[in-house]
Amino acid sequence: MGQKVDALMGWVDDRFPLTKMWQEHLSEYYAPKNFNFWYFFGSLALLVLVIQIVSGIFLAMFYKPDTALAFQSVEMSIMRDVEWGWLIRYMHSTGASAFFIVVYLHMFRGLIYGSYKQPRELIWILGVLIYLVLMAEGFMGYLLPWGQMSFWGAQVILSLVGAIPFVGEDIGVWVRGDFVIGDATLNRFFSLHIIALPLVLLGLVVAHIIALHEVGSNNPDGVEIKKNKDENGIPKDGIPFHPYYSVKDIVGVIVFLMFFSIVVFFMPEMGGYFLEHANFEPADPLKTPEHIAPVWYFTPFYSVLRAVPDKLGGVIAMGGAIVVLFFLPWLDRNPVKSWRYRSRMFTVLVALFVISFVILGYLGMKAPTDLFTWIARVCTIYYFAFFLLMPFYTKMEKNKPVPERVTMK
Amino acid sequence: MSADGVDGNKRRFLVAATSVVGAVGAGFVAVPFIKSWNPSAKAKAAGAAVLADISKLEEGQMITVEWRGKPIFIVKRTDKNLTDLESHTDYLADPDSADSIQPEYCKNPGRAIKDNAKVGVMEGVCTHLGCAPKHLPDLNNSFSGSLGDDWLGGFFCPCHGSKYDLSGRIYSGMPAPTNLPIPPYSYKSDTVILIGEDGETA
Repeated sequence: MGQKVDALMGWVDDRFPLTKMWQEHLSEYYAPKNFNFWYFFGSLALLVLVIQIVSGIFLAMFYKPDTALAFQSVEMSIMRDVEWGWLIRYMHSTGASAFFIVVYLHMFRGLIYGSYKQPRELIWILGVLIYLVLMAEGFMGYLLPWGQMSFWGAQVILSLVGAIPFVGEDIGVWVRGDFVIGDATLNRFFSLHIIALPLVLLGLVVAHIIALHEVGSNNPDGVEIKKNKDENGIPKDGIPFHPYYSVKDIVGVIVFLMFFSIVVFFMPEMGGYFLEHANFEPADPLKTPEHIAPVWYFTPFYSVLRAVPDKLGGVIAMGGAIVVLFFLPWLDRNPVKSWRYRSRMFTVLVALFVISFVILGYLGMKAPTDLFTWIARVCTIYYFAFFLLMPFYTKMEKNKPVPERVTMK
Repeated sequence: MSADGVDGNKRRFLVAATSVVGAVGAGFVAVPFIKSWNPSAKAKAAGAAVLADISKLEEGQMITVEWRGKPIFIVKRTDKNLTDLESHTDYLADPDSADSIQPEYCKNPGRAIKDNAKVGVMEGVCTHLGCAPKHLPDLNNSFSGSLGDDWLGGFFCPCHGSKYDLSGRIYSGMPAPTNLPIPPYSYKSDTVILIGEDGETA
């Protein structure tokens, strides 16, 4: 029996590098042995991607991308008539928020351990591109239920295009396919959401992982394990991804799915943060909801937009807040990767950055008042200062000695 | 493979020429796909002008009609309103509508066709982020706390607090950058407005 299996594998391997790929990416991919809690979120992001694709394929079987039918097909057909349709939809809507939670934590991990630094700049850039595509996915997907917040959220964001001098209005009409957000817009967003962007996303994820496996994983100490190899050329501080980290990641998957299930089954709306209450009313172009707020994962950038008193300036600032991420590998001039061996100052600045990002996110959900606008301005200035002043303050840091080998703290 | 006798220049030229021809072809093929996103013939037809009957519109009232899917406010002002619009301009960002969108014949304090200055027509779409402002002719409403005691009537956007006067002119220091846009419009008769077409071209 075993012989026959080997023979079959040999037959396949002569025609397709199956064993080679298995070894390169799993059984002989040597990852640092000191991964901690923060290293769960990459594989969890992959899990959520699978959840979104599978649940999305099934939702597309029952959803109707037509302004006259869309709301009914979601709230009546999928939520009430289709067997288990409600579960599939809640998996998809919870998955959207879960994706951003996992990705924000994944990015935070990269920030504190310097995973974007040489030689991993491209991994970081591919990651930021993935983040951008995810935001486009979230934005376009949110229009599809055709509720009040779907419509008015898209109205607010698409009107930003109009801020571009001279050609803004024409581009807006082109994107909408109409003088208003309507059937044409819904239909093309549906196509982009279920075909175009997922294809791009999958390509980017594959490139992200290939780039990672080419240079090898970083770790909480920011030490390059490839510098210390044994006589077989295997990093002394490395362990094969499979079975060691595949098993570890299964623990993460189980804990994640526990939280995911609690939300799906007991609080799918998450108090109006995952599914906004205004979206339980069909879209009405003649009636603006009292308060328009984007879904929580966009609110930090929405706050930046509102903090700038000028419309075009606000759009530029919002775009800049994302574009600046691409330059992180070159803004940070400190050769030490992990914050464990960087200055106290850097830890404090990162903590302040997280605080201001969370505050911006909170303010983005609230109606603006004078006080809130000023807080948002302070946080926006800090957001940009954190990145743009990096070339200066990262040079002045007093680093601690970096160990030769990884530690098991 | 041997590189002997290869004419490098010729090869580079052929590669460049093939690339350029290919790029031009790709550009032409992209045109139908990009153009497919333009408003369809049906959407263009739906964007045609609409008629509004204002025979029952009283002073101080407003009606909303839909044109190109946008709410169009038709508001009838009182004589006092018109006087206020002429005289109270110090708190406006663009009192002369220099930076705003409107037909040339509406560039006046009432922002209306002169023969029928009491009737104002404007898009009910806040120039900040596209919300629909509320018509608040007086302080007798739940937003009065945000309006100030000297409120002379106007429009208030509940999303981000932009204030407009009764001819849709934005107050200074508001999130919205410009006055409410005014669509081209004309009078079919004394009580019927054609929204979407100028008098001259109709």
